[in-house]
Amino acid sequence: MPSSQKPSGSSATSTPATSDTFRVPDVVTVPLRHRGRWAGYAVIVLLLGALAHSLITNERFGWDVVFTYLFSETILNGLWMTLFLTVVAMVIGLAIGILLASMRVSHSRIFRGVAGVYIWFFRGTPILVQLVFWYNLAYLYPELSIAIPGGPTLWSANVNDVITPLSAAILGLGLNEGAYLSEIVRAGILAVPRGQSEAAASLGMTRTESFRQIVLPQAMRVIVPPTGNETIGMLKMTSMVSVIALADLMYSAQTIYARNFQTIPLLICVSIWYLFLTSLLSWGQGHLERYFGRGSTSMPAATERVFALRLPRRSDAAATTTTAGSREDQA
Amino acid sequence: MTATHDRHAVHIRDVAASYGPTRVLDGVSLDVPAGTVTVLLGPSGSGKSTLLRTINRLVPVEHGTIWLGDELIGHRRMTDGRFHELTDRELCRQRRHIGMVFQDFNLFPHMTALENVVRAQVVVAKKSRSAAVERGRELLARVGLEDKAAAYPAQLSGGQQQRVAIARALAMDPSLVLFDEPTSALDPELVGEVLTVMRDLADEGETTMIVVTHEIGFARDVADQVVFMEAGRIVAAGSVDEILGSGASERVQAFVAGGAR
Repeated sequence: MPSSQKPSGSSATSTPATSDTFRVPDVVTVPLRHRGRWAGYAVIVLLLGALAHSLITNERFGWDVVFTYLFSETILNGLWMTLFLTVVAMVIGLAIGILLASMRVSHSRIFRGVAGVYIWFFRGTPILVQLVFWYNLAYLYPELSIAIPGGPTLWSANVNDVITPLSAAILGLGLNEGAYLSEIVRAGILAVPRGQSEAAASLGMTRTESFRQIVLPQAMRVIVPPTGNETIGMLKMTSMVSVIALADLMYSAQTIYARNFQTIPLLICVSIWYLFLTSLLSWGQGHLERYFGRGSTSMPAATERVFALRLPRRSDAAATTTTAGSREDQA
Repeated sequence: MTATHDRHAVHIRDVAASYGPTRVLDGVSLDVPAGTVTVLLGPSGSGKSTLLRTINRLVPVEHGTIWLGDELIGHRRMTDGRFHELTDRELCRQRRHIGMVFQDFNLFPHMTALENVVRAQVVVAKKSRSAAVERGRELLARVGLEDKAAAYPAQLSGGQQQRVAIARALAMDPSLVLFDEPTSALDPELVGEVLTVMRDLADEGETTMIVVTHEIGFARDVADQVVFMEAGRIVAAGSVDEILGSGASERVQAFVAGGAR
């Protein structure tokens, strides 16, 4: 035991240490040492060093080729196509998803069944097959027309003119995504307690008002994280459209390395772009999660934690100020 | 307490309701005069909450009619004498006049206390935002929570949440407020503050109140009419003295003696 009777705050009433062995005078606590941790850090540094060394010295990575093409016109055009496809397919997917989800929670057995079959079909077949199918729609239906049965034809079109690689890609990706998003939206709606819509109804809100004002904002808390995941997945899934010769980021790289055989450098080039875009999306997702998480005590959001690994102090401070800020906004 | 408007009176006739094959209300009839307080007592499963919920049609009515003043709730009587179900929109217009306070508060967790009180005024009653906020602050002050306007429900105690919920119900200027076990989910020391707010509302005598509760003390102090339910039927109804006084039936006395506060 360390020798007692240092001048401390409890001087007047303090008893000698000998008479009360449970009272310990002020001591300095030595934090527990984590020796294993330092060994782990050393291994990590070693491995990272080896990786960096090989990245720099191995000429086959072809960094000069990577940076020649990173901002080339072909790659940038492909990048725009990838972004466009991601946004359009997600918007269509979300619209279909909300529609299917409301059908799935409907009281009508027919609506529930139809939505169920849609989801079963589009989740159950590979996206690659769906894309090729849409692209070859003209084989099944050479002509599309709207006509009054037994009457005149109001509108008709050659399917080969309507189904371009772009429209086939949008249809394929959008309809497929709708099936996945509907399950996410449904889970979000079911996560809102029944009492919430009862309270809204008791205030005289119609079902639509209740859904928009009360249910959906709360469901968003559950919907946003997996939808962010889906968006990131979609960004990469658009690369599938290269099979129907649509010039997205991936296909653009393929056309280049088909000519110059610099396969690896060009794949690195597109990976850099994909990584850049997915990072942007995760950052945006974090903001959305904080917005829809207002009023809830169980934060921080998943992406916030990813960034917190890198910048613990800054992101913590940012998190507290944003929540405090949004609270005042509501007042 | 005297009747302010006959429009605020409730008339229930032969109401029946079921959950699936189980009949939970079996031909209930009850009159609640305007501006009075009726307390529904009874063991759990006796149908008192269901009766409350049929009044604003959160539970569908299988048989019977419910009137608020001279307005039929949930149906319209056609000239051929048949009853037609109201559309969602028509039903919602009627519900505006029937406030409800829930056992689990059911505050909207993504809105501040003030916004909870304001939103329906803007969305449903189409009031201007500034008028709604003014009325909202007034009501929060009335339940003693003007300083909690910016707080989210998760930051409030149960008693405070329930007081906000009462303010939210009153914001629609209802002629009738239904209280569904408003203090049952509260810690004992928080029950008083909620009952105080309810007493004040009863003393004003403007709003008709129907209260499902286990607070016998509250019933004795405030109720104009006490109704005892069992197995989906009204077993006894009358004044506090008649139902809770010395002349009460054995069944009611046993219920009051066992458990109820």
